[in-house]
Amino acid sequence: MSRYENAILVKGLTKSYKHVPVLLGVDFQVKTGSIFALLGTNGSGKTTIVKILTTLLKQDSGSVMINGFDVAMNPEQVRQSISLTGQFVAVDEILTGRENLVMMAKLRHLRAPHQVAEDLLKRLGLTAAADRRAATYSGGMRRRLDIAMSLVGGAPVIFLDEPTTGLDPEARIEVWNIVRELSGNGTTVLLTTQYLEEAEQLADTIAILHKGKIIVSGTLEELKMLFPPAKVEYIEKQPTLEEIFLAIVGEKTEI
Amino acid sequence: MEAIKNYFLVDMSVMMGRSLRHIFRSMDTIITVTIMPIAMMLLFVYVLGGAIQTGTDNYVNYLLPGIMLIAIANSIGYTSFRLFTDVQRGIFERFNSMPVARSAALWGHVLTSLVSNAISLTVIVLVALLMGFRSSAGVFSWLAVAGILALFTLALTWVAAISGLSAKTIDGASAIAYPIHFLPLISSAFVPTSTMPRGVRAFAENQPVTSIVDAIRSLLSNQPVGSEIWVALAWCVGIMIWAYIFAMIVYRKRA
Ligand SMILES: Nc1ncnc2c1ncn2[C@@H]1O[C@H](COP(=O)(O)OP(=O)(O)OP(=O)(O)O)[C@@H](O)[C@H]1O
Ligand SMILES: [Mg+2]
Repeated sequence: MSRYENAILVKGLTKSYKHVPVLLGVDFQVKTGSIFALLGTNGSGKTTIVKILTTLLKQDSGSVMINGFDVAMNPEQVRQSISLTGQFVAVDEILTGRENLVMMAKLRHLRAPHQVAEDLLKRLGLTAAADRRAATYSGGMRRRLDIAMSLVGGAPVIFLDEPTTGLDPEARIEVWNIVRELSGNGTTVLLTTQYLEEAEQLADTIAILHKGKIIVSGTLEELKMLFPPAKVEYIEKQPTLEEIFLAIVGEKTEI
Repeated sequence: MEAIKNYFLVDMSVMMGRSLRHIFRSMDTIITVTIMPIAMMLLFVYVLGGAIQTGTDNYVNYLLPGIMLIAIANSIGYTSFRLFTDVQRGIFERFNSMPVARSAALWGHVLTSLVSNAISLTVIVLVALLMGFRSSAGVFSWLAVAGILALFTLALTWVAAISGLSAKTIDGASAIAYPIHFLPLISSAFVPTSTMPRGVRAFAENQPVTSIVDAIRSLLSNQPVGSEIWVALAWCVGIMIWAYIFAMIVYRKRA
């Protein structure tokens, strides 16, 4: 679908807020059409990375290429290629769900904004609530609307910052299905999450951000190989990603 | 870049459509903005008016320009508030990660302020007519009055935009309205400045509201307009340009 093997290419990314260093040289890449999960504890800098990659924040140094465009040099082209669902739901509560989607379609300069809205409402199961103000939606419905707004226009690279935080298990699985469907259609997805199970379920590649750097990244299998099962006696126990995560984070903290 | 420039008007009208929906769905803002100045007009004309010597036989005629400016000054707190909410809810972040003309979102709010003020000022003039306001001004004078009022609205709305974008709390966002409320009170809006003690008078005669009020009053009563109209225009345009530049700087930094 894209000319580039890696839809996202991050090299030596650094960022400090005032004098607090947050990113100390972050490197990773995301294959076009794959799902990439960024894991990290609270305050590790996940949102900071997402904001830099979506042109909302300027890095101090390092380079970021999205779909072949440099975020610092060609932010407009980058914005043409991406779509963001931020950590906190950003829907217009005074407008209805449908109006929110039509607005997005018009801002993306699509030809049939009402049809686009109708299709997305159906796809995210919001048809019944389409003409109610978003203020009356439940948390899960708001998040679905929020994600639907990011799907308008079919950007080739999608960023989801903790898309399932605060959702019940059923709603979470719905979001997972949407993400899988996107990736199935060739969309590149970068998501951050606190839920290790989510990364395990969804991601082709997992990266763990800790103390300003990506300390490990790879497929789930590769991560499992780094940390062989603790005991091989009578039963063979595969470590869960949670154990891997805690082992790494705990280890590095002690140094 | 070319393509993005061409969409500026489209984007701005989408943004304006959105914030117009906001004001028409909560009519209380327009109603408050309209009723308060009307109540003041009633109070001054029927309670205090008998004791005020302005040198004109019709006090409503004397009062109306100042009342209109008070209505505008009252309304801008709401623009501040709406901008603040958009920043807080992450709506601007969403727009800024999209290929949308940068200042379109702000212009949408500012033009909405213009529309809502046009509505409330029309109602205020109609009430003033019922109360005995008469004007011999011709079409061109009325157009000039409308132009000055529009400029004054734009200037104050951009000032309000600065505070809405930079405020940390909701109270901070609307605080800008308070000092601006005072300007019409210490001006020639209600009584001639010649009746004021010297220090107050010096302030009153050299602040923007007095020259604007005097210019509108001359236009409405078909008197020759002196230099005050140029002073009034200079104030409006000066404040507007300064506030626009400053608001855009704050917006870029914030986003
Ligand atoms: N605007 C800011 N000014 C100062 N410090 C900030 C700012 N934004 C974030 N930080 C700090 O930067 C660090 C990383 O924040 P960030 O929001 O990127 O973390 P996160 O991994 O997304 O956390 P969470 O899981 O809680 O969302 C935190 O210590 C935070 O306090
Ligand atoms: Mg975060």
